[in-house]
Amino acid sequence: MATAEKYVGGGVPRKEDPKLITGQGQFLEGLTLPGMLHAALVRSPHGSARINSVDVSAAAAAEGVVAAYSGADLADEWAAGLPMAWPVTDDIRIPDHWPVAQDVARYVGDAVAVVVATSRNAALDAAELVEVDYDVLEAVVDVEAAVADGAPRVHESFDDNKSYTWALTNGEVDEAFAKADVVVKERYTQPRLIPNAMEPRAVVAQPVPSTGDFTVWSTTQIPHVAKVLFALTLGIPESQIRVIAPSDVGGGFGSKLNVYAEEALCIALARRLGKPVKWVAGRSEGYLATIHGRDQVQEIEIAATSDGDILGYRVHILAAMGAYLQLVAPGVPLLGAFLYCGCYGGEAYHFECTGVFTNTTPTDAYRGAGRPEATYAIERAIDSLAREVGVDPAEIRRRNFLPAGDMVQSPGGLAFDSADYEPALDRALELLDYDGFRGDQAERREGGGSRQIGVGFSSYVEICGLAPSQVLASLKYAAGGWDAATVRMLPTGKAEVVTGSSPHGQGHVTSWSQIAADALGIPYEDVTVLHGDTHVAPHGMNTYGSRSLAVAGVAVHNACDRVVDKARGLAAHLLEVAPEDLEYEAGTFSVKGVPDRTKSMPELAFAAWTAHSLPEDSEPGLEASCVYDPPNFTFPFGTHVAVVEVDTETGAVDLVRYIAVDDCGPVINPVIVDGQVHGGVAQGIAAALYEEATYAEDGTLETSSMVNYLVPSAAEFPSFETDRTVTPSTSNPMGVKGIGEAGTIGSAPAVINAIVDALSHLGVTDVPMPASPERVWRAIQAANGGEA
Amino acid sequence: MKRISVTVNGVRHEADVEPRTLLVHFIREQLELTGTNVGCDTSSCGACTILMNGQSAKSCTVLAVQADGAEVTTVEGLVSNGDWHPVQKAFHEQHGLQCGFCTPGMMMAAVGYLDENPSPTEDEVRLALEGNLCRCTGYHNIVKAVLAAADDMGS
Repeated sequence: MATAEKYVGGGVPRKEDPKLITGQGQFLEGLTLPGMLHAALVRSPHGSARINSVDVSAAAAAEGVVAAYSGADLADEWAAGLPMAWPVTDDIRIPDHWPVAQDVARYVGDAVAVVVATSRNAALDAAELVEVDYDVLEAVVDVEAAVADGAPRVHESFDDNKSYTWALTNGEVDEAFAKADVVVKERYTQPRLIPNAMEPRAVVAQPVPSTGDFTVWSTTQIPHVAKVLFALTLGIPESQIRVIAPSDVGGGFGSKLNVYAEEALCIALARRLGKPVKWVAGRSEGYLATIHGRDQVQEIEIAATSDGDILGYRVHILAAMGAYLQLVAPGVPLLGAFLYCGCYGGEAYHFECTGVFTNTTPTDAYRGAGRPEATYAIERAIDSLAREVGVDPAEIRRRNFLPAGDMVQSPGGLAFDSADYEPALDRALELLDYDGFRGDQAERREGGGSRQIGVGFSSYVEICGLAPSQVLASLKYAAGGWDAATVRMLPTGKAEVVTGSSPHGQGHVTSWSQIAADALGIPYEDVTVLHGDTHVAPHGMNTYGSRSLAVAGVAVHNACDRVVDKARGLAAHLLEVAPEDLEYEAGTFSVKGVPDRTKSMPELAFAAWTAHSLPEDSEPGLEASCVYDPPNFTFPFGTHVAVVEVDTETGAVDLVRYIAVDDCGPVINPVIVDGQVHGGVAQGIAAALYEEATYAEDGTLETSSMVNYLVPSAAEFPSFETDRTVTPSTSNPMGVKGIGEAGTIGSAPAVINAIVDALSHLGVTDVPMPASPERVWRAIQAANGGEA
Repeated sequence: MKRISVTVNGVRHEADVEPRTLLVHFIREQLELTGTNVGCDTSSCGACTILMNGQSAKSCTVLAVQADGAEVTTVEGLVSNGDWHPVQKAFHEQHGLQCGFCTPGMMMAAVGYLDENPSPTEDEVRLALEGNLCRCTGYHNIVKAVLAAADDMGS
């Protein structure tokens, strides 16, 4: 079908912007309902503590307070504990996870009581009056300490702190290692990260007591998934729950891809009290009560020939789950499990991961979820291999790239569509002026000054477009991977696109409008996109894992095709010709050979609405739906390059240049895609250089606010240089892949490799993340034989 | 309760406030101007930045009573006679926002800064916005937008 690309591929200014830049954004904190009450939670200050008693009487008597409850008081509200939807093995240990702890508090921040009052301040003030008697227990916060013999147990009901072990083997791994000339063995830590979406989480639950209906507004990425899980957790018929992600949700990065205690709690309180109940997280409260990301210890071994040709991989991971299993936490390492061989070849592959309980805030999917960790390990380790065999780091990548082609078999077990890794590396080297850089670097080294420069590469491939539902089933994921769209022509020639995606900054309203406007041949301004309200958009699997365009966007595209098909029948009927005698272009059907006999999409929309004259087998209206279940993942790839200047006296790192060459297939809106890359890269650089959540041994979160957890500002970054190669995916009719996480996946190893490269002449081979000046300085001292 | 008089976006408001009320809460809850967001509780993120007597200020670090007699401009006051401020235009044209939560504060910080330094360098813009955090954009297009706005305002 001919579709004129008038909007797709262009940097159309976003439809989302006007209200957001004029202060008319509809963020949830601004929502007020008549009679609304406010909840404040009392949280455990202990990493592990038995709850002997909770006395809410003083709080309940305080001014403005309507009710105060302990976990035990609320126990009969729950039809089930908070949900975990990815039991990755048959023998996974899944602990009970109640919205308010009933017997033991297992991390600092675990809720132990709740106060409901007529104002937020009254609730917060009264929460201070709740008396909790604890027996403080020994905590364990470190993932390796938690699996050591005799470690304190996070859950007494389990023999140890291991939740599951998941393994994958392809090929003859021992054989590959036995015949290798070279084996490099590396150990890396992935610091625990706090996602820090700028909008703190919030929820409002409104009951209709006479009918038992509930409307729940939540700052969520997953309104449709949440609706199902709220029903199961609270024992409310799903048909009586409406979930609304407000039209503006202020960022997510995975932190709003969950079903949280406070969401379930507000619904339960609304049910009990018959009034709307609202909860808004303070930032510091969110640091305790919103999922964290990463927190893994990785061991990776690469077997290779003396030329640096990779033969095999062995990977062992310890992944911190935190105190409970949040929604998809056990599966996060699995999203990386197939990628510890990156975009490289080899004949054998072994991956094993153990999920571990610690007395910490639960972890879950944070931007990239498993893939940044995998990419970091392989991209650091391949540099190590390059040093070991004396091959240039760009060259060793090129030497080991999987061949270009479609459905190229990776040692990890997956077949990658649209593989063509060299052009992105070449383009990155060209932008860098690699030879020129090495010349400058040699000069600096000869000069012997304290400011040395280094370059780091990261050639990544990742997995997006989650996902074929049957593949998810094989990985024991409890939901499907499809998404849905309805496209509806309105009588006046405008179009409504109803999408199952739930945007929170990605610009779906703009991109989906571009897709629909081109397919329907109507102005971009005439397309409205409806999302995020389960009563308006009844079907969706929502927004995470860079899946929106490659699944929900394709659903929009396919639904538009179906609308055009239906319109063709109507046009043929009205023009009194056969459908195959019509040509379609840019919203107009014309009779072949008689170009002035036409029907435009707006004319057909009106005719379909009046229904005065329809084809015999046709119904009034002009709309179509598509539920798209992708046949495969998509596999975006690219090469990122970081250039750093390191002060060898102070350890300070200055990121001088950052080049990202990505391949996400055809681009709907290049400005939005670049923006996704910029933001993703910044989060990866932040992980490499600045961010780390740390716990004291007793379970206290030391980085407990934005004051001591360094979210970098504009002053910490350079401008980024972005470019693209375009290799269409063969997995969907648009060829699109996804770009939301690529920047985060590619960037951290490029930065650390650059720091190591800058210091390699001093003998430095590793600097842990985040590469603070102190850590860099210590690495230099250790390489010099001094004290580290 | 203390009686204060504050002019916000050109409109004078007389109001009774609790002495502990922060200016941002006064703006959001009493004046119902919800464009100014609250992103943290440690004066770190800058989402609540407004102009007070022409200078940018984090409205979570100011008590409402301290704003007694002051002229305050919030994001809602940037539009003049129906026209977007050059900083608003530039944020739109340069894709300087994604989720938009930090945007009101970021723009107000930019407006305040460009008043002090109408033709800044890129590095100066980056330093000037140090008190305003964004998690979506990597700041790349925010910086471009502020530089574009400076050009626009200077021409």
